[in-house]
Amino acid sequence: MRLEPRTDTPLALRLLAPVGAVVAALALCALLVAWTGAPVLRAYGLLFEGAVGSRFALTETLTRATPLILTGLAAAVAFRAKLWNIGAEGQLYMGALAAVVVGGGMLDLPAWALIPLVMIAGTAAGGVTLLGPAVLKVRFGVDEVVTTLLLNFVVLLLVSLLLEGALKDPMGMGWPQSAPVVEAAELPKLVARTRLHAGLAIALGLSVLLWLVDTRTIWGYENRAVGANPRAAAFAGMPVTRVMLRTALLSGGLAGLAGAAEVCGLKGYLTLDLSPGFGYSGIVVAMLAQLHPIGVVGAALFIAGIFVGADAMSRAMPVPNYIADVLVATSLLCMLVAGLLARYRLRRG
Amino acid sequence: MDFLSIILDILLSAAFWTAVLRIATPYVLGTLGELVCERAGVLNLGIEGIMTLGAMAGWMAVYQGADLWTGVLAAAACGALLGLLHAALTVPLGLSQHVTGIGVTLLGTSLSYFVYRLVLPQASTPPTIEPFQPLALPGALAQTPLTYLAFLLVAVVAYVLYRTPVGLAVRMVGENPAAAEAQGLNVTAIRIGAVMAGSALMALAGAFLTLSAFNAFFFNMVNGRGWICIALVVFASWRPGKALLGALLFAVFDALQLRLQQASGGILPYQLFLMMPYLLSILALVLVARRASYPRALMIPYRKGER
Repeated sequence: MRLEPRTDTPLALRLLAPVGAVVAALALCALLVAWTGAPVLRAYGLLFEGAVGSRFALTETLTRATPLILTGLAAAVAFRAKLWNIGAEGQLYMGALAAVVVGGGMLDLPAWALIPLVMIAGTAAGGVTLLGPAVLKVRFGVDEVVTTLLLNFVVLLLVSLLLEGALKDPMGMGWPQSAPVVEAAELPKLVARTRLHAGLAIALGLSVLLWLVDTRTIWGYENRAVGANPRAAAFAGMPVTRVMLRTALLSGGLAGLAGAAEVCGLKGYLTLDLSPGFGYSGIVVAMLAQLHPIGVVGAALFIAGIFVGADAMSRAMPVPNYIADVLVATSLLCMLVAGLLARYRLRRG
Repeated sequence: MDFLSIILDILLSAAFWTAVLRIATPYVLGTLGELVCERAGVLNLGIEGIMTLGAMAGWMAVYQGADLWTGVLAAAACGALLGLLHAALTVPLGLSQHVTGIGVTLLGTSLSYFVYRLVLPQASTPPTIEPFQPLALPGALAQTPLTYLAFLLVAVVAYVLYRTPVGLAVRMVGENPAAAEAQGLNVTAIRIGAVMAGSALMALAGAFLTLSAFNAFFFNMVNGRGWICIALVVFASWRPGKALLGALLFAVFDALQLRLQQASGGILPYQLFLMMPYLLSILALVLVARRASYPRALMIPYRKGER
């Protein structure tokens, strides 16, 4: 048996790959659910119901998908250029930090001016955070995987420092949390009496925009060329270093925006548990989407549904909600294999 | 007292060096494990998850009534299994070592938490076990057996890598797999074996945390130690002896920041001290990046007959 590359992958196969991966992951995790002694079909039924079974469930899933679309896009654009940004978690917190600083009342502006300003500040903070590792990569040849991973811990400590110090809410009853952003910085709700906020519209708009940039502009062409083969791109006269730094700003910016949108759309203030690993889940989202900006939306909805549904399911039966994290990790590994099967065919001999 | 005399006082105390050896142990084991994988040409970003699973599995085995050394073996076996998963995906299938590794970390971590919560659904304070006790030796030598095992393993790995045919084969598939194949070596099998062995070592690093350093399993207890090990491998230029030195140096700084944190009496926020290990690792990477001599075939999948 050996693997032989396909000359081109039909669209049907590209669409089938993530579906197959998800089915395989659900089947594998069914073994784990069965091990807990819970009835598997009922568990998955409750998970599905908890994710999309009611108006409330559906808006919760969409709310949860919002940061995942943005961190998924962050991973997708970076991985396309072979910039291994594993630091979206830290960039997200830097964006959130910028949001509570800029939106915390130091600017007395109307909402139409303040909201864009806060979002831009969050984006800039995230972008600059990834620029550091990117510069170290292109200037000194330092592997960005390790630096971005390590920076996640540094950023969390910085947030903790500020939440116990300069940014601490005087009305926070001693909890390490920031003062809430002013009302003019809050993102409007999309559906009344739910938590769903305008961050979703921003995230959806950005995925369409990134898809257009990717397919219709020289920028996108350069990004793809550098990602496919940096040496060939350099030979063709493309500014490889500039493309790398540009990609870093964009990728980090998207993750930073995710943090700013979570603060201004959902939480209102910053705590150390703003993100339950959105940065890391974003990698899974990007891989399930095969790094396609539109695909990211679908993948983020799926992952969000798993998390929201698993919470509901684990309230009804003795299956720990960490099953969601196991499902997400298994989906990633299954997707890698499925992607391989879509790109190659098995040949005997 | 001025700053220098505070540092001198710290450096001259036996308790400080006891702490250094204890802090260094998981880094020694983890770095050694990552080094074995990378020497065979496979980057293993699963390290963080493998350490977490090792910590959980070792602790859980003992909590369920096994003796401590059985716990250590259980951790190593679980580590080797996750290593097999990483190797199966990256070696014969040639999938991205970066993304697969992140996937293995996510899986190892989530599985550990899932199993822990399943067995102990309502544990608000983590239950404890009776951990390894320090040997009755004077001064800084009073360490638990796992610390001695870690230092012994450095010598074993160095001996195997440089003095045995197995070690030569491992280094060869990491430098030039085509040449290794031409010598009649099975590149796939050797890489899989190396990744499994390396991952077992990483799991021991995790087991040290729950069976020696502490006596319970906490969420997030590995806390980036795995990523630091990856930086230490680069810093050590893929040599076991230098890895030991790097881990010890790192532990000196880490123990020092802990004591300075206490000595500073809250003048500086404690988070600044806690940042030091991570920033130090990044700095170390920057310093050595230019002259790092990576194993030539690191991160390059090998398929027979393909160039």
